[in-house]
Amino acid sequence: MTVFDALDLAIAALVLGVAAWTIAAREMFSAVVGYVAYGLLLAIVWVRLYAPDVALTEAAIGGGVTGVLLVVASKRLGRLPQPEAGPGLGLKLAAAGLAALVAGLIAAALLYLPDPAPSLAPEADRHLAQTGLGNAVTAVLIAYRSFDTMLEKVVLVLAVVGVWSVAPDRFWGGRPAPLGPASPDPALVFLARVLAPVGLVIGVQIFWVGADEPGGAFQGGAILAAMAMIVMMARLMRPPRIGSRRLRLALIAGPAVFLVVGLAGPLIAGSFFAYPAGFAKPLILFIEAFMVLSIAATLPLLVAGPPNGEGEP
Amino acid sequence: MTPADVPTAGGALLALAILLPAAGILASFALGGRWPERIALGSAPFALALALAITGEVWRAGRPIVYAIAGLSPPLGIALRADGVSAVMLVVTALIVPAAGLYARPLFATPPDGRETRKAFTFWIMLQAISAALAIVFVSGDLFNLYVALELLTFAAVPLACVEGKPETLAAALRYLLFALVGSIFYLLGAALLYGAFGTLDIALLAERMRPAPAVTAAAALMTAGLLAKTALFPLHLWLPPAHANAPAPASAVLSGLVVKGSFFLTVRLWFYVLPALPAIGFDAILGALGSAAVLFGSVMALRQPRLKLLIAYSTIAQIGYLFLIFPLAAGVHPWTAMGWNGGVMQVLAHAFAKAAMFLAAGLVYESLGHDRIDKFAGAARAMPLTFLTLGLGGLSLMGLPPSGGFAAKWLLLGASIASGQWVWALVLLAGGLLAAGYVYRILAPALARAPIVLKAPPRRAGEAVALTLALVAVALGFMPDAFFRLLDIGRPALATAGLP
Repeated sequence: MTVFDALDLAIAALVLGVAAWTIAAREMFSAVVGYVAYGLLLAIVWVRLYAPDVALTEAAIGGGVTGVLLVVASKRLGRLPQPEAGPGLGLKLAAAGLAALVAGLIAAALLYLPDPAPSLAPEADRHLAQTGLGNAVTAVLIAYRSFDTMLEKVVLVLAVVGVWSVAPDRFWGGRPAPLGPASPDPALVFLARVLAPVGLVIGVQIFWVGADEPGGAFQGGAILAAMAMIVMMARLMRPPRIGSRRLRLALIAGPAVFLVVGLAGPLIAGSFFAYPAGFAKPLILFIEAFMVLSIAATLPLLVAGPPNGEGEP
Repeated sequence: MTPADVPTAGGALLALAILLPAAGILASFALGGRWPERIALGSAPFALALALAITGEVWRAGRPIVYAIAGLSPPLGIALRADGVSAVMLVVTALIVPAAGLYARPLFATPPDGRETRKAFTFWIMLQAISAALAIVFVSGDLFNLYVALELLTFAAVPLACVEGKPETLAAALRYLLFALVGSIFYLLGAALLYGAFGTLDIALLAERMRPAPAVTAAAALMTAGLLAKTALFPLHLWLPPAHANAPAPASAVLSGLVVKGSFFLTVRLWFYVLPALPAIGFDAILGALGSAAVLFGSVMALRQPRLKLLIAYSTIAQIGYLFLIFPLAAGVHPWTAMGWNGGVMQVLAHAFAKAAMFLAAGLVYESLGHDRIDKFAGAARAMPLTFLTLGLGGLSLMGLPPSGGFAAKWLLLGASIASGQWVWALVLLAGGLLAAGYVYRILAPALARAPIVLKAPPRRAGEAVALTLALVAVALGFMPDAFFRLLDIGRPALATAGLP
C-alpha cells in the first residue's frame, strides 16, 4: 500500500464519519457545520479523482454557498416557534431504509460498470482545437453542451423569482433582510475588509484561467458571490432592492448574452449556439464574463431570501 | 452517429420552440412591471405557429425531425428530435397555456399605475417557464438536457402552486417541492449510471447500445421512481391534491392538465425509446398495476371530497392512472400495440383539455359563490349554466362517454387489452368509468336542483368562454380523423424496430 492509498482510505473513512455525524447531530447548527466539513472533504476526494474542476465547484458550492445558506436559514428558523415534535421514529427508519436501499443499489451497479469506462473524454479533447480552449471541462460547458449551460442559468433566474415569490406583497421591490447580526463581530468586519478585495482578484483569476486550466465562470462567480456574502454579513453592504433595474440586468446578463450569441449562431456559424471558426475563444470568454457577473449576483440573493421589511432602515 | 441523429430539414424550429419562451422569461424578468403579462400573452401566437410548423414538418417528412445544437451531433453534442407525439404535445401546450393566461388576466392584472406586483410578476414569468420546460421535455433527445427541463419544470410549477401566498398553499408547495426534488435527484442518478455504462446521454445512441446490465436495471428503477414521484402516480401522489386544489384556478389548470404529463412523457421516452431492447423484467406489469390502483384509489377519494377543487384534484390522480396502462398495452411488437399507444396518447390529450377546463370552471364557481363546497351547490347550475356545462362536458370526457376524447382513449385502450388478452386492464377501465360517473354526478346533481341561490358576482364571461372552449376541444377529440393517428405513428418506437430480427 502506497502512501496515497492510505491517504485515500483515510479520506473515505473521514467522509463517511462526518456524514454520519451530520445525520446524528441533534443541534441544527452542528449539523450545518458537519455538512460544510463534508463538502470540503468531498472536494478533496474530487482532487484525488483528478477532477480539479469538480473539486473547485464542490468547495465553492457544497462547502461555501450552501453552507452560508444553511447557516442563515437555521438562524432565521431559530427565531420561529419550534414545532412540538420532530418526525417520528417510523418516518426516520423509513427514510433511513430508503437511503440505504438507494445507496446499496448504486454501489452494486457501480461494481458492474464496464472497465475501462466508456468515455467521451477523448472525443472532447479531439474537438478542443476548434474551440481554441485548453480546458475540456470549459469546452463541455460553454461549447459542446452550451445549450444545457444557458438553460441552467435560466433555472437560476427562476429560482430567484421563486424565492422572491414568497415575500409579503407589501414589501415587493424592497430589500431582503440583512444576512448578519445587527452589530457584527469586529473580527468579521475586519475579515471582510481584508478578504473581499483578495477574493475578488482570485475569483476573476479563476474565471480567466478557466479557459485553459481548471476553473471557469461558475467557480469564479461562486467565489465572488462568497465575497459579496461576507461583506453583507459584516453589514458593510446591504442586500440590493429586488426592484432595482440594475440588479435585474445583472441577474439575467449571463443567460441573456448567452442566448443572444446562441440565437445569432445561424447567421455567424451555421446553427444555433455554434461559434464561428477562429473566433470561438473570444466569444466564449465574452459570454463567461457576463455569466460570472450573474452567478456572483444570483447566489447571494438566493441566500438573502425574499424582501420581508427587515432590510429597510 | 445513428440514422436517428442525422439533422433534417425544419430542425431549427425545435430550437426556436425552446428559445422563444426562454427569451421571454429573461425579458420579462428584466423589464418587470406590466411586461411579463404582455410578453407571456404576446408570444403565445408565435409559440402556436412554431408548434404547428413543427407538426407540418413532421407530417411532411413522415419521420422524426432532428436538429443538432451547435452543429455538433451526439454523443458530444445535443440533438433535438420531434416525432408525431412530440409535435402534438407542443400544439397542446401552445393551446392550453395561453388559454390559462387569458383566463388569468383579471386575476393577475397589474394595477393601473403600472406598479409591479408580486403575484403578477411571479405568475406570468412562471407560465412562460412552463412552456419552455415542456418544449424541452417534448423535443430533447438527450437525458441530461431533459434533466435541465425537469428542473425548469419544478422551479416553475412550485411557485405557481403557492402564488396566492397563503400559509396552507405554502405548506402544500413545500411538500410538492420536496417530492419533485427527490424525483429529480433519482432521475439524475439514473442518467449518470447510464452514461457510466454506455458513454452517451443521447436517447437514440443509448437505444442502439442498450444491453442488459445491473447498472441499467438500477438506472431504470431510479429514473422511473423519480419520474413517478413527479407524475404523482399512486402511491407517490400525496403531494398532488393539496398543491393542485389550493393553487389559483389557472395555475391548477396548467399543473394538472400539462405539468404532470411532462414527467409521464419522460417515463414513456425512457421505457419505449431508451430501454426497449431490455428484456421484459415485469416493469410494464408493475406500472400497469400501479396505474390501476391509482384509478381506483383516486376515484374513490374523489367521491368523498367535500370541495370541488379537491374532487377535481383527486380525479387527476385517477386519470393519471389510465396513462400507465400504455406500458402493458403498447410495449413490444404486437398487432395491438398501435391501439394501446394511440389510446394512451389520446388519454393524455383528453385529460389535458378536460381537466384544464374543469379547473378553470371550478375557479369561476369559487369566485361566484365565494366557496366551492359541493353540498352548497343547490341551484348553482341555473345561475351559471355555462360554467356547469363546462364541468359537465369535461366530466363526460373523464367518464369516457361518447362523444369525447376520453371515450376515444378508453375505447382504444379497451380494444388493446381485449386483443392482447389482458382482461384485467379492461376491468379497470370499466370500473374507473363508473366511479368517474359517480363523482361527476356528485357535482352536477345538487347544482341542477331548483333552489334559490345568491351569487356574489356573475361569472366572468371571458373566463366562461375560455373554459367552455377547452371543454369543447376535449369533446371534439372524439372525432379525430384517421390522419391524426397516422401522425401519432410517426417515430413510434415499436414500428422503428419492427423490421429488425
